Parts: sequence; structure tokens; C-alpha cells
Amino acid sequence: MISQIVLVLLQLLVIIALAPLLSGIIKKIKAFFQVRKGPSIFQPYYDIAKLLQKDSVVSKNVSWLFHAAPIISLVAVLTAGLLIPIFITELPFGFAGDLIAVVYLFALARFFIALASLDAGSSFGGMGGSREMFVASLVEPALMLSIFAIALNVGSTNLSYISQTVSAMGINAVSPYQILAFVALFIIAIAETGRIPVDNPATHLELTMIHEAMILEYSGKQLAIVELGAMIKQLLVFSLLANIFFPWGIASGLSASAVIIALLVYFAKLVVLGAVMAMVETSTAKWRLFRLPELLSISLMFSFLALVSFIIVKGG
Amino acid sequence: MMDTYLFFGMILFYLIGAGLALILNRNDRICTYASFLSASLASVSGIIFSGSILLGNNFSFILSGSPILNFGFFVDKLSAFFIFAISITAFAVSIYSTGYVREYFGKKNIGYLCLLYNIFILSMILVVSANNAVMFLIVWELMSVISYFLVVFEHEKPQTLKAGFIYIVMTHIGTGFIILSFLIMAGSGGSFSFETLRSTAMTMPPYLKDLAFLFALIGFGTKAGIVPLHIWLPYAHPAAPSNVSALMSGVMIKTAIYMLIRVSFDFLGGGVWWWGMLLLIVASVSALIGVMYALMEHDMKRLLAFHSVENIGIILIGVGVAMIFMSSGHPDLAAFGLIAALYHTINHAVFKSLLFMGAGSVIYTTHTKNIEEYGGLIKRMPWTAFFFLIGAISISALPPFNGFVSEWLTLQAQLLSINLTDNIIKIAVLFSGAGLALTGALAAACFVKAFGISFLALPRSTHAEHAKEVPVPMLVGMAILSLMCIVLGVLPFYVVRIIDSVSAPLVGTSISSKISFDLTIGTLSSFPASISTTWIALLVFVVLPLPVIIYMLMSRTKTVKYETWGCGQPVSTARNEYTATAFSKPIRMWLGGIFRPHREIQTAYSDSPFFKDRVIFESEIEPVFERYLYRPVTWVVLTVSRLMRVIQTGYIQTYLLYILITLVIALIFVGSGG
Repeated sequence: MISQIVLVLLQLLVIIALAPLLSGIIKKIKAFFQVRKGPSIFQPYYDIAKLLQKDSVVSKNVSWLFHAAPIISLVAVLTAGLLIPIFITELPFGFAGDLIAVVYLFALARFFIALASLDAGSSFGGMGGSREMFVASLVEPALMLSIFAIALNVGSTNLSYISQTVSAMGINAVSPYQILAFVALFIIAIAETGRIPVDNPATHLELTMIHEAMILEYSGKQLAIVELGAMIKQLLVFSLLANIFFPWGIASGLSASAVIIALLVYFAKLVVLGAVMAMVETSTAKWRLFRLPELLSISLMFSFLALVSFIIVKGG
Repeated sequence: MMDTYLFFGMILFYLIGAGLALILNRNDRICTYASFLSASLASVSGIIFSGSILLGNNFSFILSGSPILNFGFFVDKLSAFFIFAISITAFAVSIYSTGYVREYFGKKNIGYLCLLYNIFILSMILVVSANNAVMFLIVWELMSVISYFLVVFEHEKPQTLKAGFIYIVMTHIGTGFIILSFLIMAGSGGSFSFETLRSTAMTMPPYLKDLAFLFALIGFGTKAGIVPLHIWLPYAHPAAPSNVSALMSGVMIKTAIYMLIRVSFDFLGGGVWWWGMLLLIVASVSALIGVMYALMEHDMKRLLAFHSVENIGIILIGVGVAMIFMSSGHPDLAAFGLIAALYHTINHAVFKSLLFMGAGSVIYTTHTKNIEEYGGLIKRMPWTAFFFLIGAISISALPPFNGFVSEWLTLQAQLLSINLTDNIIKIAVLFSGAGLALTGALAAACFVKAFGISFLALPRSTHAEHAKEVPVPMLVGMAILSLMCIVLGVLPFYVVRIIDSVSAPLVGTSISSKISFDLTIGTLSSFPASISTTWIALLVFVVLPLPVIIYMLMSRTKTVKYETWGCGQPVSTARNEYTATAFSKPIRMWLGGIFRPHREIQTAYSDSPFFKDRVIFESEIEPVFERYLYRPVTWVVLTVSRLMRVIQTGYIQTYLLYILITLVIALIFVGSGG
């Protein structure tokens, strides 16, 4: 019981502590590719600390929902974090939700932020909310098919089970369908974390912004919570990619040495994924909103191929 | 014995409610209270009755002993489940109605409304408890006709009459097919009793079974509102008074689901694989088309009506998957699919009635159905907004509310298709999961629009500006169903156990011990996965927010109220807000091939061509089904009837001649040994 509680707290701590660092690292790697010096990798921490100390300016049009939305969405994302294996496969709350539940918890977070975007009554917010829900609708079918492909391949939608099984299979887990599903899910990860070519996290130009437009009215500590929520979601999406497809190194039992190794391996995986993401961001331009269906159809095709090839090869 | 009292007590209370409505017609207020009180008492006995059947034994009562027409009632677990859904909804809606009908005081005949309302609920109860096809058809027709009168209750509006006309035509086409289906099934056993059908319909030759199923699918599908037979639904449901819309959308269309399950599983034994496949395709298309058109809709009640099409689709996906499993010899997996479908049935009954009541409350105070004229209602009617938000979260299938549980079960049922042997079926079922996911995402987008545009930001019209919170009974009605949304959401392990006892007799196996655990529900053991919405609810709403909230309260920073950011200009007017049309624009463009939108922009200039005086923007989407499917059919029917007019001369001699000719032909036919 005690060890379970410690595990939950440790997992929460790791998620909250690493999330800003991941953002900082991606920014730094991006700066490297663009031959800039770039801010320190700890800059997101400073930003959040600064925001937490500032007064907030809130539109006089808003209702309680505007104030509640950041908390609900942060908490929904954190709850999802308790369902995803980070450094250990035996999660105390692993039974409480599977991969599908994680997707729907992210949807809960998005739902409230999108509602809050409409609350201040500015066109920017509505624009952002509308685009966010549009992109989410594009993502969802491809996402569900790749979840199905993974579930068929591994035999469950339960994330602890998936990590454990793939980790036990070792290098044998690498199969064509798993690779296809990974490519599909990587494209989805770009959309879910709001990165180029879907959304530009560094823009404030009204024609292009999606997530930034939604949260334009937030300031001060509320903005800090919204930003933290977005960073945590990004970390969790990366963790899903890492611990579904290459969970090797993750601890399966609760021993100190295994956990420390697992944490180091996990961090290395995040850095690699972040570097790949930074490369993608540097080498592509942002796409027009109405070209996004093409990008996500590619993802849909990959996940469909993963599913079909698995069924044809393995016969189910 | 207790059950008998409860059952007839329920019927009696509905009849008393109807009778009181007639007697007390003079005084609107007393009539309202007496009649709706009686209806809510009746529904309470309905809840207790169905609860006792669900946890106990079946109930049967025979009125007459004639072998062919043994009229009576038979309530097994399946019927009891639907009686429960009807009663719980009717209970909340009856309380709500005591407030809602005040709008009609002095304007309309209240006694007439109360009379129809009571008989309408009674007819739905009788539909799901009839034990005989003839009796079923009589009460089914009663339900259709009463609901028609309720749809045209506000008959002074011309569009209501059109809605009523479309409804009555469509529902009778459906009833025609239902009669055909029953005739085919009864033909083999020589009796209309459900008990005989249960044993004889199974032994019919396959082609007759196929026909009976197809006719039942068309007939009940019309009532349920599957695409493309759904066109009456977005007309009829918004036209009726909102309390009636809540019942029609929440439970009336479910009676068709009831009978479809009864016919295909109970009478025809689950059928062959292509029945399930056909149902799955129709259901997936319904779910997608329903939610797509809902997104484009700005009439609050039409929007909700289109969501009924969507949710009927989701329910039938579960039924279709169950049929596919049943026909391929997997009764346990079929049970899982059926549990998903029935779970979504009760969920939809609860949250759709809740949302219609919420919409009714908004219309009650603003007198408009157009969501572009709402806005800012969350401050003017906070409770209605809160309850509507719960409904919106539930219907968008977000955890930990009830819609999520049934959507999760449906997705897992689709995933279980890996146990099938045929690869094509397998891929088709899995691909329908992608369709379901898209449906869920679009539903969430639609309810961000519906809630955000209606309730948040600034009022967009004087109607919304002067909105006030609705009377307490209306809030109580909504509160009851909001509570049900939460209960059904966070106690799935218990609900699943009850629904399993409903599905077990239909598929012949019980799986509750394999999927219901402490605070958790799981899938069948071959495919381990589980969710616990109980824990998710605890984490999201109790444990984890605490530190954040404590921090927010403890921090020393201030919150300043100021204008909304408008690039430096003062913009705090409703004219700067995003509209519902604009909100759904990306999706309208993305799916332009289906919506075929066209728009018209007129610009008026004052003096110089550089300064626009006013811009008129009109945008509409093409009603594809009406234009390309129904219009040709109507044209054919009208043309044929015009041609038929030639033989109707109006002279009685001619008609006598027709009779003579018919008689002669008949005699020749008989004489030649035909």
C-alpha cells in the first residue's frame, strides 16, 4: 500500500518535473538546427515560475468555466499520466484506464480548454477553439485505428500490459505492422502536441495559430497552469510513443536500481524523440489548415495498413 | 403478486393522469399539477416494477385465453430494462413539465396536452410489454398517432404542420413494413403470440427469415431514425413541445431498438453474418451522417435531433457486432456487444432527455431556437447551464461520465472481432471503429459549439440578454437526469451486471463474472483491458485538483478584470464574438463533398466603393437525402397517382363495372383451379 502511494507520487513528480525540461530541450535542439544559440533548456521553468508570480488580467465577460477549465484540463492530463507507464510497468492505477481511456482523457482536457476559448467573447479564441476541434476530429479515426493495430499485435489495450509484453519480447517485437503503426502514431503525435506542420507553438500570428489562439485570454497563474498542462500532455504523448513501441529498459519490479536505470533510459528516449521532432519541425514549413486532412489521411493509411497486414500475416 | 399491483398501478396512474387532465381542464394550474403528478407517480411505480423484474423473475399476465389472440402482457428482463429507461426519463420529464407547460397557460389547451402526454407514456410502456403481435401493433399505432398529435400541438405554426405530415407518412411506411415482418413470422406458426413466434420463427426457411429481418429493419429503422429513413426526425422532434421532444428523442425511438433486438435475437435467433454486417454498415453511416448534420445545425432542437440519429447509430453498431458474433458461434462475445448497445441505450435516454430539457429551458426563457441568438446564458441561468454541461460532456463520451463507458464498451466489442475467422469481416468491423472514433470527436466539436456559443461570452440578442433562470421544477427534472448521468458513469461495474442479466437469455450465456470486478469493468479474458471510471472520477474531481486549488487560493497574486483583448481596440460587444456558423466552418469545408454548401454575399455600399455599408451573408447546406432520394420517390408516387385518376370517373356505374370485372376474373381464376 505504502509503496503504491510512493509510486504514484513519484510518477506524478517525474511527469511534472520533466515536462518543462522536454520543451526546453526541443527548443534548444531546434535552435541548434537553425544555427542559433537558443534559450537555456531550463527556460520553461523560469517562464512558469515567472507566470505564477504575476497578477492575472481576466476578461470581464468570462464565467466560472474560464477559471475552472485550466484546472480540469491539467488534472485530466495528470490522471492520464497515472495510466501511462513512465519508468515502471506495474502501475498502481493501471487498472483504471487503458489506451482508449487515455485518449478520451486528453479529449476531456481539450474540451474544456476549447470551451474556455469561447468564454471571453473574442474572435481569436473562437478561431482557435474551432480549429482545435477540427484537428482533433481529423486525428481521432487514425488514432483509433493505430490503437487497434497495437492492441491486436500485442493483445491488449492496457498500457502496462503492452509495455510489459513488448519489453519481454525484446527485439522480436519489431515487426512491419509495429513500424507502420509507429509512423502513424508519430504523425498523430505531431498533431496532438501542436507542432509544425500542424500548428506552430512559437507563433502569435492570427492566421496560423491554433493552440495559442485558444489560450490568448489567459494570463498569470492561470496561463502557467494551461502551459504546464500542454507541456505535460506533450511529455505523455512522447511517453506513449516510447513505451508502447520500444519500452526496453523499463522497470518491471519495484527495485531502486531498476527504477534508476529505467528513469535514465526513459530520459534518453525522450531526448531522442525530441530531437526527431525538432528535425521535423525545422525541415518542414507549417501547412495550410485545409491541407491537414491530407497529412492525417497519410496517418490513417499507415494505421490501416498496419491493421490489414497484421490480419493477413497472422490471420488474427 | 407485488409485481402485478405495481404494473397495473402504473397503468392506472397514467390513466388517472389522463382522466384528471380531462376533468380539470378548466383550471390550467391545477390541471398541470394533478396530471403530471399522476404521471410521475406512475413512473415511480414503473421504476420499482422494472427494478423488481430486473433483479427477480419475469412477469406475465394474460387478458384473454383465445389461442390465436391471447392478449396480455409479458415482461421479461429485456422489457423491464426498457420500462426502466422509459420510467426514469418520464419521472424526470414529468417533474420538469409542471414548470415547462406554464409557457402555454392561457394560450393553448393544457388539458389536451396533459391527456396526450399521459397516454403517450402509457403507450410506450405497453409497446415494450405486449406479448402478442396484434396487440403490439395496436399499441405501436397508438404511440405513433399520439406522438403525431403531440408533434402538431403548436399547429398554428406552418412548419409544425409540415413536420407532422412528414412524421405521420414516414411512421406509417415503417408500420407497413413491421406488419409485413410479423405476417411472415406468424405465417409459419399460425399464431401472433410472441411465445409461439419464439419457437416457430427460428425454424422458418432461411429466405423467409431474411425477409422478416429486412422488413423489421426497415420498419423499426424508420422509427429509430437510421439513415436514410431518418428525415422525419429532425422535423418532428423540434416541432413538439420540449418536454415531449425529450421523451420522443430519449425513449420513443428506443422502443424500435427494443423490438429490433427482440425480433432479431429472441425470435430469429441472431441470424446470419450478413444481417449483422448490414446493420453495422447502416449504423456506422447513421452515426457519421447524424453527427455531421448536427454540426451544421443552428437550431438547438434540430441539432439535438440529429444527435439522436448519431446515437441510434452507435447503439446499433453494438447490436450489429453482437449479431456478427452470434452467427459465428461466439455467444459470449455477442453478449459483450449487446451489453455495449443496451448500456448506450439507457445512457442516451438519460443524457438526450437531459439535453432536450436544457434546450427547452433556454427556449422557455428566450423564445428562440436559434443558437446564434443565445450567448452569455451561463450567468443568467447558471443551473440550466451546469446541467446542460453535464449532458454535453456525457454525450461527447468524455470520462468519467456515462457516454464514455458505453463508447468504450462498443470500441472494445469491435476490437473483439479479432476472434472471428473471416478476415474481411474482421477488417470491416475494425474499420467501423475508426468511424466511431470520428463520430465521437465530431460530437465533442459539436457540443463545444452548442454549449460555447449558447451559454458562454456575451448575449448575442435582446432575447438572451433578458433571459432568466427557469422555475424550480424544471431544474429538479434536469438535476435528476444529471445525477443519473454521473451514477451510470461512475458505477459501471454494477450497471454492467444488471445489463448482463438482460442479455443473457437472448444469447444464452452470462459474462458478468468475466467483465465486472470491484469498481472496474474489463473485457473478456482473451483480451485483457479494463477501465474504472470510479477511480477516474475520484482522481479528476477529488484528489488531484486539491493541490492546484489550494495553491490558487494561497497565492498572493491579484486578478484584475479588464476588457477582452481586441488588438488594442475596445471590442467587448457581441458582434465581435465567434458565431456557430464560423465555428463549424473548417469542418464544413473539409466535408464539403457531403454538405455541398453554397453561400451568397450581398454587399451594399454607401457613397464610395471603399466603404461597405452592410454585408448580408447567407450560407446553407444542401439537404442531400431529401433532394436526391425522397424527391424522386415522391415524384414517382405523385405521377402514378395522377395516372390512376383516369379510372376514377366519379360515376357509380363505372365502379360497379369494376367490381363485376374483378368478380369475373376471380371466378375464372378459382374455376381454373388456381
